[in-house]
Amino acid sequence: MFSKIILYSSLFVFILNINRIQAQTENVKKVIHDFELEVEAEYKYFYDEAAFTNQKDHYPSIALTPEYSIQWNEGYESVNLTGFFRLDRDEERTHWDIRELYYQKVKKKWELSLGLKKIYWGVTESNHLVDIINQTDQVESFDGEDKLGQPMAQFTWSSDAFGTFDLFYLPYHRKRTFPGEKGRLRFPLAIDKDDIKYESSAEEWRQDVAFRWSHYFGAFDVGISHFYGNGREPLFTFDTQGNINAFYPVINQTGIDLQVTHNAFLWKLESIYRSSKAQDFFAMVAGLEYTFSNIDGNGLDIGILGEYLYDERDELALSSMQNDVFFGSRIAFNDTQDTSILIGGLTDLDQSSKIFSIEASRRIGTSWKAEIEARIFNNIDSNEFILSNFQQDSFLKLSISKFF
Amino acid sequence: MKKIIITSIAIALFGTVNAQTSEARGIEIAKAAEKADEGFISSIVELKMTLKNKNGQTSERLLTTKTLELTADGDKSLIVFKSPKDVKGTSTLTFTHKVGSDDQWLYLPSIKRVKRISSNNKSGPFVGSEFAYEDLSSQEIEKYTYKFVEEKGNLLTVEQDPVDPKSGYTKRLVTYNKDKGYRFEKVEFYDRKNSLLKTLTYSNYKQYKNKYWRAGVFTMVNHQSNKETVLNFSDYNFESNLTEEDFSQAALKRAGK
Repeated sequence: MFSKIILYSSLFVFILNINRIQAQTENVKKVIHDFELEVEAEYKYFYDEAAFTNQKDHYPSIALTPEYSIQWNEGYESVNLTGFFRLDRDEERTHWDIRELYYQKVKKKWELSLGLKKIYWGVTESNHLVDIINQTDQVESFDGEDKLGQPMAQFTWSSDAFGTFDLFYLPYHRKRTFPGEKGRLRFPLAIDKDDIKYESSAEEWRQDVAFRWSHYFGAFDVGISHFYGNGREPLFTFDTQGNINAFYPVINQTGIDLQVTHNAFLWKLESIYRSSKAQDFFAMVAGLEYTFSNIDGNGLDIGILGEYLYDERDELALSSMQNDVFFGSRIAFNDTQDTSILIGGLTDLDQSSKIFSIEASRRIGTSWKAEIEARIFNNIDSNEFILSNFQQDSFLKLSISKFF
Repeated sequence: MKKIIITSIAIALFGTVNAQTSEARGIEIAKAAEKADEGFISSIVELKMTLKNKNGQTSERLLTTKTLELTADGDKSLIVFKSPKDVKGTSTLTFTHKVGSDDQWLYLPSIKRVKRISSNNKSGPFVGSEFAYEDLSSQEIEKYTYKFVEEKGNLLTVEQDPVDPKSGYTKRLVTYNKDKGYRFEKVEFYDRKNSLLKTLTYSNYKQYKNKYWRAGVFTMVNHQSNKETVLNFSDYNFESNLTEEDFSQAALKRAGK
């Protein structure tokens, strides 16, 4: 916690200084400020009896997401801030983070970002293998799409002819968050994130690097990336007493993502090869998305999704997706309230385990939004190393957000 | 091209269409309109979209649109949503092509994801409005075949049949104002059953840089659903000197932040 505060305050001072220098040297014509706040109330209900002691059934929660940005030099320079705070019954889920706080400067083909930022890579829907820059905020959501702010210097060069080159210098590693004693979706023993050590003697201050090239050629969008540094996923080992020993290994990960967009078809592929002292493996997701658009002449779009997931780690894959098939449907009404529904099912080809999910959202009035999410763990095989812990953790979540 | 200009001058001078087929005259008018709008290079405009349902209830969206004029191929555009607040920052980058389908990317600010999307869905409504995607995309000559219909004073009406079978229309009837740089005054859209679906009227025209006519208000009325969408354009900026670099995927991410 202490190092986190030092990190943030030094970054902040740094950004303030850049700001001052800019203000002096530039004849700033127009400065644009923008502030927004999202207040979200959430209620999560786990309808099966808890598997482990201290776990609850009902989880009311509140989250705040303030955003502020200041732009000058015709928008080619800016400072952007996104904060986050959640209050929950699980004290580990009660947490705050600076999702983003960075200075950005753009000059023609060049772009430089300094500070905490969020980066997304990839094309598939059911698993995000290639995406590695940010640590997962595991307590926030089961799908792993919520991320912690990553300190970085990002340098981008892009051109029409050669595509986009991104270079990342990542000076600090963030540890993954895990549910506490009172939380659901955990192991019999709650993992204390501070108990997870590092392979590197430099620990969280190991200086990491990453690179990505992406481009498009007609119907093809392709990305190739490499990451060298502290892994974002901890490696778990268990001793005979059932005690968990976990650490962040130093990894090399090469990734490729490819999408072919042809008529209403999107063909997708993501694949990684990760190597470390303890473990080398290959993983991939391949699939398609097809959209029947404007079916009723009123804007109703129904998309179908199918993806195959493979992970060489087998049952040690933290994602539990070692040889699985995902089917889903995305329904968008394209109405004035932007109503949309995403239904999905993940089924294990080797075992009986199945996970079903539904996510739906709709705007109410002009500044409210309601969301429903359900995840159902069905027939989870007791041999499942990770998932078997969650078999009692099917849940229904309702949330409503107000935007100021 | 020179020949076309000469013939259009001839038509303007003598008002005769004798030896010309309706197809030739139709395409000539479309080309004259394109010519009159050539050279704007780039523009930035603020757009307020008002959606009205059949009971008169309204909802609003605010967007910023940046356009880069290209002559060898279709224009590039970047659209950023400013409201409603739950979709603020959602942006699209479109590279229109004179022939073949357009390339389009969507940026989702909540997860910072850029997604290439299919431009197959031309006939679908844009964010719940009465404008279909194809109504808002760059108007390239090659996307239609043409038939001249009538001339009434300074107004010329041309039937335009979409080349793409995925279009939601059998035809559009476009009314040009030949005295005002061949600007659009009205477009009538006919659905796949060839019955009148929508009428788009342009008003509050202003001329920029002594050449380019831009309507301040677009009013689209759907005759079948009785719904209506009004677009109000403001703060047209033709001095922004945007370049290709302002229409890259990096620029798309920056726009939505």
